Amino acid sequence: MLAVDVEKKLGALQLSVRFAAAGGATALFGPSGSGKTTLVNMIAGLLKPDRGVIALDHTVLFDAAAGIDVPPYRRHIGYVFQEGRLFPHLSVRQNLEYGRRMNRLRRDPAEFARVIGMLDIEKLLDRRPGALSGGERQRIAVGRALLTRPRLLLLDEPLASLDVGHKREILPYLIRLRDESGIPIVYVSHTPAEVRRIATTVVRIEAGRVTAVGGLELLDVPDADALS
Amino acid sequence: MFELTPAEWVAIKLPVRIAVVATAVALPFGIALGWLLARKSFWGKTLLDGMLHLPLVLPPVVTGYLLLISFGRRAPVGAFLADHFGIVFSFRWTGAALSCGIMGFPLMIRPVRLAIEAIDRRLEDAAATLGASDVLVFLTVTLPLALPGVIAGVVLCFARALGEFGATITFVSNIPGETQTISALIYSLTQIPGGDAAAARLVLISIVLALAALVASEILARRAAIRFHGG
Repeated sequence: MLAVDVEKKLGALQLSVRFAAAGGATALFGPSGSGKTTLVNMIAGLLKPDRGVIALDHTVLFDAAAGIDVPPYRRHIGYVFQEGRLFPHLSVRQNLEYGRRMNRLRRDPAEFARVIGMLDIEKLLDRRPGALSGGERQRIAVGRALLTRPRLLLLDEPLASLDVGHKREILPYLIRLRDESGIPIVYVSHTPAEVRRIATTVVRIEAGRVTAVGGLELLDVPDADALS
Repeated sequence: MFELTPAEWVAIKLPVRIAVVATAVALPFGIALGWLLARKSFWGKTLLDGMLHLPLVLPPVVTGYLLLISFGRRAPVGAFLADHFGIVFSFRWTGAALSCGIMGFPLMIRPVRLAIEAIDRRLEDAAATLGASDVLVFLTVTLPLALPGVIAGVVLCFARALGEFGATITFVSNIPGETQTISALIYSLTQIPGGDAAAARLVLISIVLALAALVASEILARRAAIRFHGG
């Protein structure tokens, strides 16, 4: 269970957001520039809120009043970025093993095989990120985040940089991820069609504020598609 | 013509050793300061940057003189180091290494700094979310990605240290077998009758050494680039 109640002023954006996300996939849905990425960066610990509290399960990750700010490398939150951000100097296999090595987790061949099987990336293991397609890169970014055994997975517009064909290629993997991994997901998107496929809960964000929380029916309001 | 006398071998091995030590000692400082200048903003940054580049624009003799009055046996810093750590610079090869290192240092910092500035910092954020502490992010992402710049800096510093003349001769004199660099030896040879042939051989050797350093750095940098972007 992720509980967020934060405020942050960033340029012209005045963000003031309060929401909670349980299991399944929670979509942060809203137009570009509404503060969605700012929000997930704060959850990951890459950006510091001005005020507020962020808690995951029974751990307080950030509490401005109490002076708590757990650094990103101790939050155990997986983050899949819009542009993948694979390490160009490492092979695909080394990218996938990076988190395990940094967290000094024991090698777990069964887990590794399960993740690369689920994402269908066995054949890419010895390649370099520079030689991959956008869709392949995103699948590996998902695998890399997953193999750190995160308590929460953040996906920030993971399909936005892909063309239509590659979007179709990735979506089934993300749905499997939601159903098979058991890890709660926060999914950022401004595309209703995408959110409809993946989300179980929708948090609508506009101009730095939560304007609605509910199920997929939030996507059916007449203005939903105008947001995208 | 290409038969080297034992004295010439000594004369060549010594400056190579001096340049290797100077570069090796300069490297950690070069990486630390390159990172500092690339990433941090602090009061006096421009001044620090200017001071570090001073050996590049000052007459080398001035740099040598400044070293003499601060690192000489009776100078404040020199006396302190000699009394407390037993490190003596004056008229020793260690002094030559110090002056060569300081002369080569600005040439090392610049490419290191530019390489670190060129790194996509979002990769470092990604590493942090994967569980890497600041130190591990630096060692596993920043440093490897800056490697081509570090290699370029090492080669430039080494080449400069190999050929250093003015600062070294002013600081620790021109003592054969102790502080004599290739440049100093060539200079000495051209001052004595019949030394021209030996000087010409050393000139050729220094050209070969410099070219070898450049080619080696080019190969290393290209290999790094292929690793990052190729298949």
